[in-house]
Amino acid sequence: MNIMAQITFSKEELERYSRHLIIPEFNIEGQRKLKGSKVLIVGTGGLGAPLLQYLTAAGVGTIGILDFDIVDDSNLQRQVLFTVDDVGLPKVDAAKRRLEKLNPFINLVTHNVRLDSDNALEIIKDYDLVADGSDNFPTRYLVNDACVLLGKPNVYASIFRFEGQVSVFNYLNEDGTRGPNYRDLFPSPPPPGLVPSCAEGGVIGVLPGILGSLQANEVIKVLTGLGEPLVGRLFLFDAATFETRTLKVRKDPQNPISGVNPTITELIDYEEFCGVPGMAAKQDVESVDEITVTELNEMLQNDVNITLIDVREPYEFEIVNMSGILIPLNQVEMHLDKIPKNKKVVIHCRSGARSADAIRLLQKSHGYDNLYNLKGGILAWAKEIDTTLPVY
Amino acid sequence: MIKVFIPTPLRKFTNGESSVAVEAGSVSEAISSLASAFPEVRQHLYDANDEFRKFIRIYVGDEDIHHLDGPATLLVNGDDISIIPAIAGGTN
Repeated sequence: MNIMAQITFSKEELERYSRHLIIPEFNIEGQRKLKGSKVLIVGTGGLGAPLLQYLTAAGVGTIGILDFDIVDDSNLQRQVLFTVDDVGLPKVDAAKRRLEKLNPFINLVTHNVRLDSDNALEIIKDYDLVADGSDNFPTRYLVNDACVLLGKPNVYASIFRFEGQVSVFNYLNEDGTRGPNYRDLFPSPPPPGLVPSCAEGGVIGVLPGILGSLQANEVIKVLTGLGEPLVGRLFLFDAATFETRTLKVRKDPQNPISGVNPTITELIDYEEFCGVPGMAAKQDVESVDEITVTELNEMLQNDVNITLIDVREPYEFEIVNMSGILIPLNQVEMHLDKIPKNKKVVIHCRSGARSADAIRLLQKSHGYDNLYNLKGGILAWAKEIDTTLPVY
Repeated sequence: MIKVFIPTPLRKFTNGESSVAVEAGSVSEAISSLASAFPEVRQHLYDANDEFRKFIRIYVGDEDIHHLDGPATLLVNGDDISIIPAIAGGTN
């Protein structure tokens, strides 16, 4: 361990890390390993906030901060890395500014980009470990595959509403073999729209704090060799019921990137991989007639006789509405009497996906031919027509 | 009695229940029983060929049924079934 011996600490650093140094199993060797490590955090959001803060505080020597987004008001409910002053700034810059104040003895590298198949290998190759706090399936599979191809451990956590998952993927075992990866657990992603994102489905603000902290703990364990990392196991936490379970994850011989006969030998198009509709969804993809928010606004101002239907849920209607008739998507067929056939009907939801589903259903099963989907939903209306409305 | 844990994304189809008790001798019986009680659950668990969807894992206790006997895996009274969906949230 010559390289390790070359890692030294100043008086200030020794004092800062003293609570680590006095843990017998951790001691200065563990701290040296942290200082000598390079970790990339993908996503500077709900999971990224505790990950970045704890790993910065703990003294991981180089931390990569990767995100392409800017700080938004709606982030502050859970992304405790940011303050009101950061709204509108690139997340990576706001994060770096905050983290520099937390620990001036480490190296913070920002990547203000969207991780994709063209840049992932180039970015990840310089790191020892990746912690995935991203928010979508294409990035999950991209991070997994890049880590497998480059031989990097991938510390994974994912959240939805009250529920979280944690695991350590592609861990290098002592015998030189690799532990299971994300594709061993989930060989293929759900079709788009079936599992809502946090933006669509919501998440309780504390949950990423809990899961991101568990993730940070696993990062430290993997880097220092302390304890037993969550390899070959999936930890599940339900914050609503406090049900916790730890399930086994085994390697799948059919895994297309790490199985017996790998077919994936380089990064693929992950949008396409995750965007191809499944068998059940395939028959549903025909387009529907659309109307823009500008067109709708003109129609309303000219008193054109139309009916506006809102197919969101009642709790969304409470947040913001356009005075449409509220009929949640799954109740549409029970309220056909409220949907006229003899005049123009504009149907909207939050962003346009659910209303398109409603229109397909009504056209296919109930003979409607007078329905228009509001393009971009109430979000587009709030952005372009009535900017006093809140967005969510 | 078999306890089936319902993951958050499917709870809107089970009246918000986080677990459902069923009488069943095998995994396929248990899931069929769940789908009979809550028909909307079915399309999220089974594909067009009536097989479990690939982005959902079914566990008995802490073991994936793929490493047991698949849907035919036998159950004994008191077993737990977990339905584990892929979720992707983290940032936004």
